[in-house]
Amino acid sequence: MSDTRDVFDSKLASRHRVGRLFGLVCMCSTWFAIVMLSVLLVSILWQGLGWLNWDFLTSFDSRHAEQAGILAGLWGSLWLIFFTTLLSVPIGVGAALYLEEYASDSRLTRLIQVNLSNLAGVPSIVYGILGLTVFVRMFGAFSEGAKVLEIPILFATLRIPLPLGRSVISGALTLSLLILPVVIVAAQEALRAVPSSIRTASYALGATRWQTIRHQVLHASLPGILTGVILSISRAIGETAPLVMIGALTYVAFTPGDIESPADIVRNPQGLADAPFDTFTALPIQIFNWVSQPETSYQHVAAAGIIVLLVVLLVLNSAAIVIRNRFQKRMKW
Amino acid sequence: MSFSDLVHHRPSPEDSRAKDVPKSETPKLETQQLCFSYGPTQVLFDVSMKIPEKSVTALIGPSGCGKSTYLRVFNRMNDIIEGTHHTGKVLLETIDVNAPEVDVVALRKRIGMVFQKSTPFPKSIFDNVAYGPRIAGTRNKKELTEIVHRSLKQAALWEEVKNRMNESALALSGGQQQRLCIARTLANDPDVILMDEPASALDPASTARIEDLIFELKKNYTIVIVTHNMQQAARVSDQTAFFYEGRLIEVGGTRALFTKPKEKQTEDYITGRFG
Amino acid sequence: MRPLDNPSATNVDKQTPRSLARKFSLQRVREQAIAFTLFLCALLSILTTVGIIYVLVTESIMGVGESKAFFQEVSLKEFLTDTQWTPQYQEKHYGVLPLLGGTFLVAGIAALIGLPIGLFSAVYLSEYASPRARNCIKPILEILAGIPTVVYGYFALVFVTPYLLKPIFQDWLGFEVSVFNAASAGIVVGIMIIPMVSSLSEDTLRAVPRGLREAGYALGSTKFDVSVRVVLPASISGILASFLLAIARAIGETMAVTIAAGQTPALTMNPFESVQTMTSYIVNVSLGDTPVGSMSYKSLYAIALTLFCITLAMNFLSQIIMRRFREVYE
Repeated sequence: MSDTRDVFDSKLASRHRVGRLFGLVCMCSTWFAIVMLSVLLVSILWQGLGWLNWDFLTSFDSRHAEQAGILAGLWGSLWLIFFTTLLSVPIGVGAALYLEEYASDSRLTRLIQVNLSNLAGVPSIVYGILGLTVFVRMFGAFSEGAKVLEIPILFATLRIPLPLGRSVISGALTLSLLILPVVIVAAQEALRAVPSSIRTASYALGATRWQTIRHQVLHASLPGILTGVILSISRAIGETAPLVMIGALTYVAFTPGDIESPADIVRNPQGLADAPFDTFTALPIQIFNWVSQPETSYQHVAAAGIIVLLVVLLVLNSAAIVIRNRFQKRMKW
Repeated sequence: MSFSDLVHHRPSPEDSRAKDVPKSETPKLETQQLCFSYGPTQVLFDVSMKIPEKSVTALIGPSGCGKSTYLRVFNRMNDIIEGTHHTGKVLLETIDVNAPEVDVVALRKRIGMVFQKSTPFPKSIFDNVAYGPRIAGTRNKKELTEIVHRSLKQAALWEEVKNRMNESALALSGGQQQRLCIARTLANDPDVILMDEPASALDPASTARIEDLIFELKKNYTIVIVTHNMQQAARVSDQTAFFYEGRLIEVGGTRALFTKPKEKQTEDYITGRFG
Repeated sequence: MRPLDNPSATNVDKQTPRSLARKFSLQRVREQAIAFTLFLCALLSILTTVGIIYVLVTESIMGVGESKAFFQEVSLKEFLTDTQWTPQYQEKHYGVLPLLGGTFLVAGIAALIGLPIGLFSAVYLSEYASPRARNCIKPILEILAGIPTVVYGYFALVFVTPYLLKPIFQDWLGFEVSVFNAASAGIVVGIMIIPMVSSLSEDTLRAVPRGLREAGYALGSTKFDVSVRVVLPASISGILASFLLAIARAIGETMAVTIAAGQTPALTMNPFESVQTMTSYIVNVSLGDTPVGSMSYKSLYAIALTLFCITLAMNFLSQIIMRRFREVYE
């Protein structure tokens, strides 16, 4: 008996040493990630800040690093975000509503749920291949000759090419499929956070299911859904691989529909109708292109482009945080 | 004299006779004017009490009266919770357990604890019991086996598990799990065992086995037990302390306290006339 | 008793006041239309999976119509055993091994860095850090997770190789470090998966019941004993699941690897050489002008199918392990 106590006494100091060492290792690991983030940001700012000016934001890409600008990428990304949001949010929230509010615990529901987690793990480049085949080429169904579907609308003519080709809309469709699983899961979590007493109370007042969802459930879960949606959208903005796959151009000297400034939106209605079906580039594609250039001066251009991209992401994420905080204060269960 | 020298003093076997009445010699555990708070909420007020060696002391009182918190000051389990604060003294024999030179790991090895909910680690039965000696640095397989077998026998679990030492501890029944936790504590070779409502989650048969076990263990160990069940306190303990709203209302020999309580509140509580 | 056999049942029906009777209404039609539309939204996710599988299979295993699929022209044996990958050259070889080797070399380096660091920081966050420190650190890790992968590629090329690898491994230890190399790609992918491992592992560590920790401490454990001998073993399946997800992510990572690892399909274990991964091959081919129907075009689908199968298997395994873990504690 007493010898185990002797063992305990003799080992106690070294056990404490091991414990302290382990704690230190854990802390250093955490700090490693933080230090790496700082080094990454500092090196980008160091390389890029000097190259970031108004001309960079308002001019097209160039063969000369000094004159290269990001205008085409900015507008391309804006169009992509716009259409991706337009497509993925209603469908994503709708799917989440079905799974949380309507679906019974059937085999199909469980299949959809398992499928969602698997889709979230599919590499983005595979979505790129899907988009290339389904949207850009449309399974080669129009290989004899591409067609253009003309639909006159109020102020202009929609010219929809078939197949969709390397257009903004192909990119947006692909990105929508890519972020849908993330949007659905985020919206589901927000819906789950709504206490069921609200639903019961609404039913007790004689509301139908859809009335309950529209007026009570959606209203209560809106901040959660918005936060999730914004975070998913910001993931879509940084995605590069699927856009490369569907053939976003790397060197572009025009913007989709030739809309180069907010004023053009009013001035050029036909351009507005053409933009979704125009070829395009995007912020991360331009950055990728510049990083791949052998001349070192393009590294600075790339860094400047990265700063622009990170600022866009920062703005979106801050918006998500602000929305979360504001609504959380207003509504507390 | 170092802390471990102090706490490793063991009395000779002839001292270890069972006793009915608390003795007046140096107590095993003692608190002096102990106040304790979680953040801004004070939960113990000025508790002074002596706990004699090799006896069973029961802490009784309504929920939230501070008896569990009081139990946890002896092995400093409250250290794990952030923002706790105390004044007054907690003594193991003559050592202040909160003194800076006291190693909390060594303290907890000497003062074992059994919880309300049995907490077997998701490991084999053998590994559960061997946990304490292993982390303490005992590596010798033969020695470990010996300790494990002895502890399981002491905890009256040996006959039930001797053929399934490598099975998962989670496969045991609730009562067996609790006795496994007691065996695990015994394997650590403690002087004191703190029990926080050890039988409250168990069926009557398992409870009876735990109570028999406590009776057996007090020959060698000092036991402090928190219980909701007054019959249990009356059955197993030598000394009983009644807590109410963070204060120690009354402490004394169990028979005396249950038959002739000095305080009105104690009487109300043990007769069930409580608001 | 069936209502039809009972004349009084119809009587009851007649007695139902008009205001409570079930009747045709536009509102009911609308409700049902909405439910159906929402169901279609949910079904789209299944359709996406079917679409992915259909697209990959028709171009690589079974051709539709006259077009021949990749594996109808290249035998599976050649694909899996040939040690050269040269679809663009005159003398064509279709051995996936160099691409697989490159992929696993990069993912291996990433795992070597990301898994332990992610796990240690999860232990730090769940066992050591004060709530305040945790509230500071977790958002920072989320930022790290939100940075686009093309930025990590830039970081590998512009910082990691010239300022980290070259001074240490070339100038000091005498290795030959090329501009494009597997090590720099592996390092940045490793950094990329840290937040993922850390947050998933932390969730499983925190799911370990508090009682187990208290029991550990009550037996005279140090914080190290509780973390390593109680909490980690109790959550081992959850941690494994997070590791699998992270490795799957590293295998599917594209842009950072395309930028930093180079475009040389080489079967090598040397981390300082340029390698090509499955993902960077796909990007590389699609950047060039590849005629639809050519062998290099079809090879895209064959590689993508391989990639899809590997990551899907790992995700599946991870989910199964995770479900086991939940069964124990929830």
